[in-house]
Amino acid sequence: MERKTKIHAEDGKHDLLITREFDLPLQLLFKAHAEPEIVEQWMSTNVLKLENKKHGGWQYETRNDQGIVVFRANGVIHEFIPNQKITRTFEMENTPFDVQLEFLEFELLSETTSKLSTHIVFRSVELRNQMLALPFAQGLNMAHNKLQNIVSKLK
Amino acid sequence: MNLRRDVFQAIADPTRRAILILVASQSMTAGAIAANFDTARPTVSKHLQILTECELLKQQQNGREIHYQLNPGKMKEIADFIEPFRKMWDDRFNKLEDIMKNFKPNY
Repeated sequence: MERKTKIHAEDGKHDLLITREFDLPLQLLFKAHAEPEIVEQWMSTNVLKLENKKHGGWQYETRNDQGIVVFRANGVIHEFIPNQKITRTFEMENTPFDVQLEFLEFELLSETTSKLSTHIVFRSVELRNQMLALPFAQGLNMAHNKLQNIVSKLK
Repeated sequence: MNLRRDVFQAIADPTRRAILILVASQSMTAGAIAANFDTARPTVSKHLQILTECELLKQQQNGREIHYQLNPGKMKEIADFIEPFRKMWDDRFNKLEDIMKNFKPNY
């Protein structure tokens, strides 16, 4: 399958770019970022607050099956231009990660296709690399658990 | 005789996984790595030895100090370093696309 989402992260720089083209009209792509009920579905999180305006705040929270909060993030919206741009800060609560700055730009490609470019700026190169490494680290844990399952079946 | 070491053996230990995550962002000396763990220094050294033997870590001589860093080529045997991050966003965006394709607008 073609890899539609691209990550551009240069060595030694403290930012990264996520780009993706969608088989969706621009309006629908933007709507998916503006309507809390839709954000909840594709981000698999609860949207506690989403104030789509300059100086508005947002807060997401994810709980596991036992109802324990496993992820909570918040930020402030600096710019909200429908079908064009969202500028916001992002902070993961109860982690050593510092606030990051995000520029989401929405682009019309055709009547039925659109593109999202997310430019994320971190405080340092180390923080950027740690953030990039997070899913990698979780993957390592999962790979290990899988290995353990296979090994325990062999016993 | 040398024991055969492979990447799966290397990641089968939580301390070794933690070491890989530590050096993922910067190269570090053995002392700096050991400072992150409660375990005794020789235990950490042993882990570093195993990670080096299976080529997940590379040693780099900086004057009198030896720095450990990830060997990106070898890491590809487990997963590309950025690939899980990319996959996370790709999965989310695929979901977004599916949801919005079925979205019935009210106009």
